[in-house]
Amino acid sequence: MKIIIIIFYFFLSFNNLNAESTVIDSGKIFKNLRCLICQGQSVADSNSDFAQTIKLVVRDQIKEGKTEKEIYRFLVEKYGEWIVYKPPLNKGNSILWLLPYLIFLIGGIMIFILLKKRPNG
Amino acid sequence: MKKKIIKTSITLFFLFITLVFFIGLNKNSVYDTTNLVGEKLTHINLNHFSKNLKITEQDLKKNNFNLINFWSSWCGPCRDEHPFLLRLKDENNINLLGVNFKDKKNNALKFLREFGNPYDLIAEDKFGKNSVNLGIYGIPESILINKDLIIIKKFIGPITEEDFKYIVTAINK
Repeated sequence: MKIIIIIFYFFLSFNNLNAESTVIDSGKIFKNLRCLICQGQSVADSNSDFAQTIKLVVRDQIKEGKTEKEIYRFLVEKYGEWIVYKPPLNKGNSILWLLPYLIFLIGGIMIFILLKKRPNG
Repeated sequence: MKKKIIKTSITLFFLFITLVFFIGLNKNSVYDTTNLVGEKLTHINLNHFSKNLKITEQDLKKNNFNLINFWSSWCGPCRDEHPFLLRLKDENNINLLGVNFKDKKNNALKFLREFGNPYDLIAEDKFGKNSVNLGIYGIPESILINKDLIIIKKFIGPITEEDFKYIVTAINK
C-alpha cells in the first residue's frame, strides 16, 4: 500500500513539474523587455502607456500559444534589438559576446607563459 | 620581461577603456525606430473607425504610397502636424490612413470637425494593441510605405515642414 502511495505522489509531483514548465511566465518576459520611452526601466517596472500596451500584447500572444522566443522575435522585428535586454548574437555585437572568452583565453596564455619562464625550484 | 608584459597589458586595457568610452559617449543615446526602414509591414488588421469593417494589407496595396499616421485628440503635438497632413491630402499619389490611438470617439470626431479631416481612411486602435504591430511607441508617429508595404521612412514625433517636403519629393519621384 505504502509503495502505491509513494508511486502516486511521485507521479503527482512529476505532473506538477510538467505543468510548471509549460506555463509561460509573463512577468519574466516583461522583465526582459526594455521600456523604450523610460530611462533605465524594464516593461515590468514601468507604468508608462507604452509599457502597458506591450504588457497587453504579450499577454495576448501567450494566450494565442506563442512561445517566449516567438514573442521576443516578434517584438525585435517591430522595435529593433534595443527592446530586449539580452541581444541575440550577431555581427554587430559579436565583440560583446566573445570578448569575455577572449580575455579569459589571453589571461590563460599569459599565466602559462609566465609560469613557463619561471625557473624551476 | 614580466614587467614588460604587465605594462603592455595595462596600457592596452586603458586604451580599450578609453576607446569604449569615446565611442559610447559620442553615440546618440536617444533610441528611435528609424533604423527599421526597408522592413515590410505584415499582418495589418485594423478596425475601421466608424464602420464595422477591417482595414487590411489589401486596402493599402491599392495605392502607390501610404502614410500611416497615429493620432489622438488628447495629443498636443498632433495639432501641430495637422496642417501638414491637410496639405498632403491635396497630393494625388498618396493615401492617408489615420489610426486613432487610445481615444474616445466623440473627442476624435470633435478634433476632426475643428481642425479638418485629412484622412482617406480612419482606423481605431482603442487599446493601442495594433500600434505594437506597426512598431509605434509614442504618438504622433507616421510611417511612409510604398505599394509593397515596405517602410520608406518613419517620422517619430510631429511631421514638420521638412518632413512634408521629404514626403512630397518621395511620392513624386
